[in-house]
Amino acid sequence: MPVIKEVDYGTPLRVAETLVTLEIDGKPVTVPAGTSVMRAAVDAGVQVPKLCATDNVEAFGSCRLCLVEVEGRRGTPASCTTLAEPGMKVKTQSPKLAKLRRGVMELYISDHPLDCLTCAANGDCELQDMAGVVGLREVRYGYEGANHLKAKKDESNPYFTFDPAKCIVCSRCVRACEEVQGTFALTIEGRGFESKVAAGNQDFLNSECVSCGACVQACPTATLVEKSVIAKGQAEHSVVTTCAYCGVGCAFKAEMQGNEVVRMVPYKDGKANHGHSCVKGRFAWGYATHKDRITKPMIREKITDPWREVSWEEAIGRAASEFKRIQAKYGQDSVGGITSSRCTNEESYLVQKLIRAAFGNNNTDTCARVCHSPTGYGLKTTFGTSAGTQNFDSVEQADVIMVIGANPTDAHPVFASQMKKRLREGARLIVVDPRQIDLVKMPHVEAQYHLPLRPGTNVAVINAIAHVIVTEGLVDETFVKERCDVAAFENWRKFIAEERNSPETLAPITGVPAKDVRAAARLYATGGNGAIYYGLGVTEHSQGSTMVMGMANLAMATGNLGRPGVGVNPLRGQNNVQGACDMGSFPHEFTGYRHVSDEPTRHLFEQDWGVELRGDPGLRIPNMLDAAVDGTFKGLYVQGEDIAQSDPNTKHVTAGLAAMECVVVQDLFLNETAMYAHVFLPGSSFLEKDGTFTNAERRISPVRKAMAPMGGLADWEITVALSNALGYPMHYNHASEIMDEIARLTPTFAGVSFARLDELGSIQWPCNEKAPEGTPVMHIGGFARGKGKFMITEFVATDERTTGRFPLVLTTGRILSQYNVGAQTRRTDNNVWHHEDVLEIHPFDAENRGIEQGDLVAIASRAGETTLRAEVTERIQPGVVYTTFHHPVTGANVVTTEFTDWATGCPEYKVTAVEVRLAKRMSEWQEHYLETRRQTTKIEHGTGAAK
Amino acid sequence: MKTDNMVHMANQIAQFFASYPHEEAVAGVADHIQKFWEKRMRQQLSEYIAGGGGGLNELALEAAKRLG
Repeated sequence: MPVIKEVDYGTPLRVAETLVTLEIDGKPVTVPAGTSVMRAAVDAGVQVPKLCATDNVEAFGSCRLCLVEVEGRRGTPASCTTLAEPGMKVKTQSPKLAKLRRGVMELYISDHPLDCLTCAANGDCELQDMAGVVGLREVRYGYEGANHLKAKKDESNPYFTFDPAKCIVCSRCVRACEEVQGTFALTIEGRGFESKVAAGNQDFLNSECVSCGACVQACPTATLVEKSVIAKGQAEHSVVTTCAYCGVGCAFKAEMQGNEVVRMVPYKDGKANHGHSCVKGRFAWGYATHKDRITKPMIREKITDPWREVSWEEAIGRAASEFKRIQAKYGQDSVGGITSSRCTNEESYLVQKLIRAAFGNNNTDTCARVCHSPTGYGLKTTFGTSAGTQNFDSVEQADVIMVIGANPTDAHPVFASQMKKRLREGARLIVVDPRQIDLVKMPHVEAQYHLPLRPGTNVAVINAIAHVIVTEGLVDETFVKERCDVAAFENWRKFIAEERNSPETLAPITGVPAKDVRAAARLYATGGNGAIYYGLGVTEHSQGSTMVMGMANLAMATGNLGRPGVGVNPLRGQNNVQGACDMGSFPHEFTGYRHVSDEPTRHLFEQDWGVELRGDPGLRIPNMLDAAVDGTFKGLYVQGEDIAQSDPNTKHVTAGLAAMECVVVQDLFLNETAMYAHVFLPGSSFLEKDGTFTNAERRISPVRKAMAPMGGLADWEITVALSNALGYPMHYNHASEIMDEIARLTPTFAGVSFARLDELGSIQWPCNEKAPEGTPVMHIGGFARGKGKFMITEFVATDERTTGRFPLVLTTGRILSQYNVGAQTRRTDNNVWHHEDVLEIHPFDAENRGIEQGDLVAIASRAGETTLRAEVTERIQPGVVYTTFHHPVTGANVVTTEFTDWATGCPEYKVTAVEVRLAKRMSEWQEHYLETRRQTTKIEHGTGAAK
Repeated sequence: MKTDNMVHMANQIAQFFASYPHEEAVAGVADHIQKFWEKRMRQQLSEYIAGGGGGLNELALEAAKRLG
């Protein structure tokens, strides 16, 4: 389709019960009260000229181009700042208005370079458009007067330029930075003629700017423009698709020139992002065509052999024959497969189908194992379904927001912007986190309470909060009586009211002052709509599932469920964590969270798939590796996941991989796991295939093919080929047919199809006869399981204890510019912000160890040792150190241990006892890693008939 | 799987269900292991119990004995 240009209504949408009818250029139009005349005009099919107005920021009234005449009133008010009133008669065109507008344009153009033909925005410039609209034919003031044409261009940002010579000082960028992104990095400096946009006293790169792109999006000229547009020119068509980064699931227009992306522009109709973006989705897409992409299938006998490029047929044939040989020799259960949450729903579904139907076992797992599997267990146990309760827009009605173990401004930036907007409007904030994350205090946002707990004490804190609510009479008794299992509630009430759960008793364990816990509990219970948002700081603990149930208890006890503005909301790490879980990727359940032992469900699948299926659970990822080390698990199909970098206790992971006889990796790059692989199948990026992703709010969004797969096949086609070679034929002509099968077999997806997605844009499951357009908010009127179930959440300290040898606690996390294992973002200019992982350490702990800013330090646990640079900061509390795992050579997971969540096996990434000391050289592991990488990634090009 | 890890995992499950009345707790632990542990892991647990089950807490031991 041609380049999509969304309608710009000039000012934001208003929602109001009262409607107002007015007349614009003789056309009657009815709009919600509070709507601007400018927006009403668009509704009436009339475009009022404008420059400083755009509909994602509030009206500003500075450009004076949108002037109108209102019958019975004096003057020519700006239509952007004038609200529609009943009976108003507005005229948008008259000789007087035309003259005024031309005059305004003359002034603008008198101080603007006349280089339209060579300008990057040529064809996409509102100033150019408006000059045409107002009929500008001359500039009476000439071009010789004082001007800004020689102002210096700022090219410091890797993705966009700032050319003040082209700036009309409309403030759209400044307002977008404030209102949309909430960063307040930009300002208008100076007054009158001296006014100019400034990023503080810095260039853009070194300023507070987070490169979300909102300013570039808002700019009506070429002042802020993408470097890719400067390099390539304007796109000729666009494809609406879904971002492949975090669990927010932003909709984007991939703007294309043929098969080449020119830029990614956030799509205004995207229900998850409403036209906003972050630095990753907006700009960090260059990895898709990076020179490191592997586009030919490869095989090798041993991992120390060089890779040999072969045809698809040979590679698929090798993988299939090896899996068959291994099963014949070691048994049916000796092989399995793993998918990534980066894969589409259709891909994840097919891989688990291949494993269950073609391998004949349930050894299927997904990387949600190591992030949000406790969410699935905890929410299913308490509410009856393994998913967050709300849509993102729900936060706009929240009065008290509790963020637990999540860092949305870094990991879910677009949702964080929506949350910050609500906080600026007056919602109150409680942050439960060992670190002083940005939300604790940033421009115009400050947490009422920050509970800086010790890592590993989440359950103690949530119990203490619940204790206050129960013992101070703050329970919503009506909600509990009507909506919950009362017997379970009474058991829980008795347990939680015990003195051992009081904030005072638990303070020595949690490190959080009791008075703060009490105050936060009172605020959450009595402050209006209370909404909990949480991340991996909740789940990646030995009590991850218990903590999820603890939060669910809290929400039920206070009646904060079943309506907009409340809920328990997991912020999913990767784009399709929710979908991967929904698709039956776990070894114990089919799609829609139905256990494999459930006979009616199993029979349904058996009938549809034409094969007998197993009713006993298969191996989870950590257990596959255990079994590999034990010698009973010998073959693994890995689609899009990099367990050698992302999973804990790297030495154990690589020992497991090295013990296998056939590892098949399907990926974009020769990732860390591929170092141990025997067959490499080149995967396709999100731009190269059709499918769907499901974000953290259960929203199923289309992924649309914008270019041909570089390796020749979409990932789902590769799985089909493998399954066919294994002797279990699959027959799909298009990804939509896979979704049709999912819908046929999964009650919560019954109403989902590609056609329906095209129609609605996106759909939040459950989508079925009861909810044909999906379900934004769950558990309205009743829980999925019937009555909500309170679970007893005894605090049990982790067995990962600090000792004299390992006196500090390491906790891990993510940063804004890099994504997960970094396979994508490390291959973009995002490295300018984060080219290596660093270790955050408190000044007190640093001084005790003679460590200064930037020193190379060794961090050691009982599992292993690595080195990285020290970042001395008070963001982290004494006794705790923090790092990320975006760069493989850092080896953060060499240090993390094999302890896991009791219910799901999710690793306890967030608590590792460590010691830190000055180092003079890389660790032995790092040296070994670099040598192994060198030895195992050689490619003999052109040795096979790759097709 | 290393025996220590297996014992640790079983004990963790038992620690969660220990808050419930004894019969409910035993059933909860057994059900959890049955539903989430692959047969090699269950087999290893059974063999370990047959060998004495040292290190397993009482609840884990009692529940594991009920596994099919």
